[in-house]
Amino acid sequence: MALFNVFDLAGSGMRAQSMRLNVTASNLANADNVATRPEDAYRARHPVFASHMRPGGVAGLAGAASFGRGSGESAAVRVLGIVESSINPVKRYEPAHPLADEEGYVYATNVNPIEEMVNMLSASRSYQSNVEVLNTTKELLLGTLRLGQ
Amino acid sequence: MNANQNSVLDRHFGVHAPALEFRSARARVLASNLTNADTPNFKARDIRFEDVLRARGLEAGRAGVQMSATHSAHIRTGGVEAGGARLMYRNPYQPTLDGNTVEAEVEQGKFAENAVQYQASLMFLSGKIRGLRDAIKGGA
Repeated sequence: MALFNVFDLAGSGMRAQSMRLNVTASNLANADNVATRPEDAYRARHPVFASHMRPGGVAGLAGAASFGRGSGESAAVRVLGIVESSINPVKRYEPAHPLADEEGYVYATNVNPIEEMVNMLSASRSYQSNVEVLNTTKELLLGTLRLGQ
Repeated sequence: MNANQNSVLDRHFGVHAPALEFRSARARVLASNLTNADTPNFKARDIRFEDVLRARGLEAGRAGVQMSATHSAHIRTGGVEAGGARLMYRNPYQPTLDGNTVEAEVEQGKFAENAVQYQASLMFLSGKIRGLRDAIKGGA
């Protein structure tokens, strides 16, 4: 039954998007961190998504298996990894700050709060659309189970 | 499904059982589009119902679920089956910089459309089953 695989697909999407939300939360939480040395400053993290092609019709019916031969019909999402932003931390002159170095500078994170807010909105919308897919598929499968009753 | 396509039951259910298979496979393709809405370089794909019909039409002589031609002028179209359908890449209305061609609203529309069509097939099948049961019970 090809529809059962939709649960896996939508699940993989929700997993990826929730990881993105998680990383965004971490970035926003650390948006005001400062450090004494530039290499100690918190750097914005971002997940890298990739599609994970799977051969179509796994354990499916004979007919369903022959859709889209060779090219992998369903593609789940997987998170390849979390990369740290390579933008340099912001150097700020704050001699009164307890973490300031000998010259009076602190190094603030390179987190861009606007970018993170946009990321958060996009992740939550995508998560919602995966939930919709899941709900619709569930209704279709329940309808199939009730067939003839 | 292929083994006994000519059985009485399969003839009774007609095109709707394979149509259900087609719809569920399409649901999977559309779901994978929606799932990958944020994946760089992912290309949205779809299966066209017409392609399946045409592919089946060319093989009308082969065993399968077929429309019956009761008149010489009837066009032999063949039924619906999974075989012969190709995944096609969708042309995006608005290309994006990251190479992703999924447009969430388009895909959501298609997914909803496909879900309704799946439910339509379910209703047809339900009717067929009810008819069979009535025939068995003699309308009791």
